[in-house]
Amino acid sequence: MVAQETRPHRIDAAIPARAGAGLKAEHVNDILQTDADIGFFEVHAENYMGAGGMPHRQLETIREKYPLSLHGVGLSIGGEMPLDKDHLQRLAILNRRYEPGLFSEHLAWSTHDTTYFNDLLPVPYDKATLDRVCEHIDEVQTVVGRKMLLENPSTYVAFEQSTMSELEFLREITRRTGCGLLLDVNNVHVSCTNHERSAEDYLAAFPIGDVGEIHLGGHAPDIDDAGRPLLIDAHDREVDEAVWTLYETVIRQNGPIPTLIEWDNDVPAWQVLLSEAKAADTLLSQAAATHLKRAV
Amino acid sequence: MNASEFSPRVSADTFGRALWDPAAETPTGLVGPDGKTAPKRFNVYRNNVVASLSEALEQSFPAVGRLLGEDYFKALARAFVAEHPPRSPVLMWYGAEFGGFIERFPPLQAYPYLADVARVEWAWLEAYHSADALPLDPAEIGAVAPDEIGNIRFEKHPASCVFRSEWPIWDLVRANRFDPDANIEIDLEKPQSVLITRPELEVELMLLRPGGDVFLSALFDGGTLAEAAAAASSQVEEFSLSDTLSDCLANGVFTTLVKA
Repeated sequence: MVAQETRPHRIDAAIPARAGAGLKAEHVNDILQTDADIGFFEVHAENYMGAGGMPHRQLETIREKYPLSLHGVGLSIGGEMPLDKDHLQRLAILNRRYEPGLFSEHLAWSTHDTTYFNDLLPVPYDKATLDRVCEHIDEVQTVVGRKMLLENPSTYVAFEQSTMSELEFLREITRRTGCGLLLDVNNVHVSCTNHERSAEDYLAAFPIGDVGEIHLGGHAPDIDDAGRPLLIDAHDREVDEAVWTLYETVIRQNGPIPTLIEWDNDVPAWQVLLSEAKAADTLLSQAAATHLKRAV
Repeated sequence: MNASEFSPRVSADTFGRALWDPAAETPTGLVGPDGKTAPKRFNVYRNNVVASLSEALEQSFPAVGRLLGEDYFKALARAFVAEHPPRSPVLMWYGAEFGGFIERFPPLQAYPYLADVARVEWAWLEAYHSADALPLDPAEIGAVAPDEIGNIRFEKHPASCVFRSEWPIWDLVRANRFDPDANIEIDLEKPQSVLITRPELEVELMLLRPGGDVFLSALFDGGTLAEAAAAASSQVEEFSLSDTLSDCLANGVFTTLVKA
């Protein structure tokens, strides 16, 4: 590969237990010009699947200076059909090319037959789905040649056919496949609100030892058919107060974990996104101090 | 978890079909916290699918969007998405059929140039993402012996593309995308052909001189410099080989010069 021959010096791949931000093309100049002080960047893998040009040039430049997390949004791990082999190869190539410190995908489906729906659609928590998801994750980890993190979803409906809780489902996946988890605290808040469960209980029972990364993002409030709150995982605004509170509890109890701020729609100026990341960084250093004290 | 063997199972088929069809009922078995079917909840997925794909098209086809206005573009995108759902999770490749769809879209028959605007925007996007390659050093031409020059061929840069139109496509795309403040006058009687290149990272869009489309198409098809020049001057009287060739070299149309 050309990238191998011309590879410049890169910063170490390991993602620190600090805050990072989702990389947006329109922020790259600001980031480089201000030499932004941030733990890492995360990109959606699908945005870097073109042959060449500006996206790869920007990502290479960012990768020289910052650790990178590669986050797939289109593999359809929860799909009923076999994984798209070409897409999996593209993910493997990006992993080799950019050497990300973390690699993650979603517990969701987005492709069926030949159609790609461009949304993270929910899966039933039953045995047939569990077996299939585990097979798919085994295949991903084999082809890509590394451990992946699986992200808990935001959901708006539940399946009557489900026989397990989401947590039972996730725990069984990690046990069988050895994959790690990406804990999206906003998704926890969104799903728990939407299904009238306690987010605190959910988080207290979450297999935190398997978590390699945390996501924080903004959601949009709505109401459902019966007038109950319905939260939508919109990634179009600041992280909600309730989500910050849940997050703080998680890292105080468990110590710092790499944390990403996601802001994908109505993307603000770089400084606004950076200040969200700084807020997470402050909580992370406090958590590190508390945790250290407790450990002693 | 109260699921039993009697709980309705929702397949991806059922879920997916209901996503595409706004008139379809919410599949039985998808419920809210009260255990009842929840159409408004299901509609979140429906909206996400259509709105996100429509937005992807808006980003790829801003000139079409500006010509049609936001509301019309959204309606058009919705119709396109229903007929041509994406086949790949790589959304940068979504919209190749948009030009053809616009051409056949009955309500837009009075605006026959729109399809070409979409096609040029698609070509621009392909150039933006195309493979990196070093353009040919113009000095290489100067080093070719005079008796060999007619027989040379060129390898095309992966980003290079010629687009021929019976419409003033260069003016339309500039006026609606790249230079909206320039007050460009659109004369629909004036056919234009454009050259799209990407010598480095920025995509360049330029108006081809008369006969430039014939000349470059011949070269891209593997013809020699003499063959391409002859084809262009036989079809277009005012074709200038030296001007057209120097434009091409200045804009990185080729990567390699191949001697016979």
